[in-house]
Amino acid sequence: MTVTKRFWWSLGLSVPLLVNMLLMPLGVHLPGEAWGQLILTTLVMALSARPFLHTAWAAFKHHHANMDTLVAIGTLTAYLYSLYALATHRPVFFESAALVVTFVLLGQVFEERMRNRASDAVSKLGQLQAKTATVLRNGQPVAVALAQVRVGDLIQVKPGEKIAVDGTVVAGTSTVNEAMVTGESLPVTKQAGDTVIGATVNQTGTLTFRAEKVGDDTLLAQIVALVKKAQTSHAPIQKLTDQVADIFVPVVLIVAILTFLAWYVVLAAPFATALIYAVAVVVIACPCALGLATPTALMVGTGRSAKLGILIKDGEVLEQVNRLKTVAFDKTGTLTNGQPIVTDVVGNRQAVLRLAAALEQASEHPLAQAIVAAAPGALPPVTDFTAVQGQGVTGQIAGQASWVGQPALGPATLSAEQQMAWQRLEKEAKTVVAVGQGSQVVGLIALQDTPKKTTAPAIAALKAQGLTPVMITGDNQAVAEAIAHQVGIDQVVAQVLPAEKATVVQNLQAHGPVAFVGDGINDAPALTTADVGIAMGSGTDIAIDAGGIVLVKNDLRDVPLAIELSQKTFRRIKLNLFWAFIYNVLGLPIAAGLFAGVGLTLSPELAGLAMAFSSLSVVTSSVLLNRVPLVNER
Amino acid sequence: MAHVIATVIGLGLIAFILWWFFGRHEAAAAEATLAADAQQQTASVIVDGGYQPEVVTLKQGVPATLQFLRKDPSACLDRVVFPAWGINRPLPENQLETIEIDTSQPGEFEWACGMDMFHGKVIIK
Repeated sequence: MTVTKRFWWSLGLSVPLLVNMLLMPLGVHLPGEAWGQLILTTLVMALSARPFLHTAWAAFKHHHANMDTLVAIGTLTAYLYSLYALATHRPVFFESAALVVTFVLLGQVFEERMRNRASDAVSKLGQLQAKTATVLRNGQPVAVALAQVRVGDLIQVKPGEKIAVDGTVVAGTSTVNEAMVTGESLPVTKQAGDTVIGATVNQTGTLTFRAEKVGDDTLLAQIVALVKKAQTSHAPIQKLTDQVADIFVPVVLIVAILTFLAWYVVLAAPFATALIYAVAVVVIACPCALGLATPTALMVGTGRSAKLGILIKDGEVLEQVNRLKTVAFDKTGTLTNGQPIVTDVVGNRQAVLRLAAALEQASEHPLAQAIVAAAPGALPPVTDFTAVQGQGVTGQIAGQASWVGQPALGPATLSAEQQMAWQRLEKEAKTVVAVGQGSQVVGLIALQDTPKKTTAPAIAALKAQGLTPVMITGDNQAVAEAIAHQVGIDQVVAQVLPAEKATVVQNLQAHGPVAFVGDGINDAPALTTADVGIAMGSGTDIAIDAGGIVLVKNDLRDVPLAIELSQKTFRRIKLNLFWAFIYNVLGLPIAAGLFAGVGLTLSPELAGLAMAFSSLSVVTSSVLLNRVPLVNER
Repeated sequence: MAHVIATVIGLGLIAFILWWFFGRHEAAAAEATLAADAQQQTASVIVDGGYQPEVVTLKQGVPATLQFLRKDPSACLDRVVFPAWGINRPLPENQLETIEIDTSQPGEFEWACGMDMFHGKVIIK
């Protein structure tokens, strides 16, 4: 019988008992009172309580105890005593046994529903997977099951269809909705050469792409595996509750026996009264809520963050995030775009860029590519192209000697105006080149690896969270400080060799726990050294094992969001543990009759109800974590 | 008189609880059975008020499966969780549930019920 069925049986059979209990103080008695109670309660014990008794006995044989032990002992004590009382014409309390079973089952029914809801997130992620794919075999589209798709297959996706696996577009243009995997709400434009992610939805055009990752290697499969792991992981704070059952339950049984002895022997209370106190102690002490506090909150918290494209590895990371003092960033590629772009042009913008780009188009240098990318329209042909090591490039354009690079490369000197502009741009930590033709310098071009648009707001949000952002970079101090100033970072560690990043993180740890944000591929040592490694990825090349937190989207604003989510989840765990404990801690002395002098007591059935509410409140609180507003959510 | 008897029985019960639950008792352990060709190992675990056996020893590098059979009707044991591998599997009552174990790494890996109340462990060596 399922928990739900057992609950309904037990509730139906308990209603007359409850009615009787409520009518008794009014002097109304139902016919055949004691015998009716016996029959109803016996049915409850046989139908609904049997599994408790079964588990309690099986566990007992292995020297184990759990909450079923408490429920079984509590109800059995009340039931067996009432049988004896019935035989010897004393007052019975069968209803206590029946109602405790009903309320405990009520708690379990709620618990089961909520647990299912809490674990929803992962199963929903898994279900995103496409079922079939249209593979081009010998140029003919053939529908095949997902499991039959191989690496290297060419796959066609029509508008509205799901992209089956990870790959690279070879033909077509379209927009793709990647929200379900990366959390990115805006559709992304895809054309030949772009990567596509399995399980995302193709929207406007038909795409043909080559499958590169299938099965367990796809981004979605990796995300699902990671989230599953996170949800079953343990938070260190949970250690407390790990051993709860085997130690706590026997201790409670001892406390219950002592309660009985104190009332019966020391205070000379009637046998039945002392027994009721002992039973109430056993029932109120059930540690159900305690066992649910951490796993349910972890499940909901990691599930919600996964939907936002933030993968939190385990409960330990959640706990570490709460202690963070410093967030260190790798500069290139994390704070900045990782590639220089043209930021300023002095002189006629079009003409200067055209001339420079014509000369640079043959060069592989990143600065040259940035200039070519910025130049408009068709470029004039170049003859006699020469690259001068460390200086720049020269060539003939339209019969005139032309050059890009250091001013010394050409015959002309900078005008006073150009001289001032040069100095100003260099002060801003930009790389400046002169562009000359014939006998004059026609203009200047300034380039810089600029911060991402999202960097400044992300840094501001981190500061608002009370964290200190720090930039770690291999650049010289001037360049690093200029960028730091632009994005609002006050602390810079410059001229750091790639291999030294981990050492810098270690030094920062002297001031408190440090998070390091990097790209996961080059920064692996720093990511593992940091208390919390935050790996950022783009597309399907995320190093998913690299960090404690993995950001699927390449968006820095997810750093404050991830920190906020972790904090909220961890606080919820603490709140849950507090509530779970409070029920037991406050309930136990009341149930033992410590406050009986002031008229405050707890009957076994009320203790059962309190326990059901304790479980319910803890699980509800976890599920509500899904609705907690987040300052940094966009 | 009744008070004396109650006291003796009560204290006796307390002593029994202390000995039964906190005394040293051997946990049941078992080694997996290796298939004839040594390419597969299996072990079964009965779930009934706990796990029987509680410790399963597996050979490293040989593909392994654990077969859980839940005889216990209680909701408490209706899931088995292996935190190290991200496995969280429902155990239908009186049905064999087969779980594949990754034996590539040696070590001790705990499993627990859904509420982390009952524990068992796999030793891979």
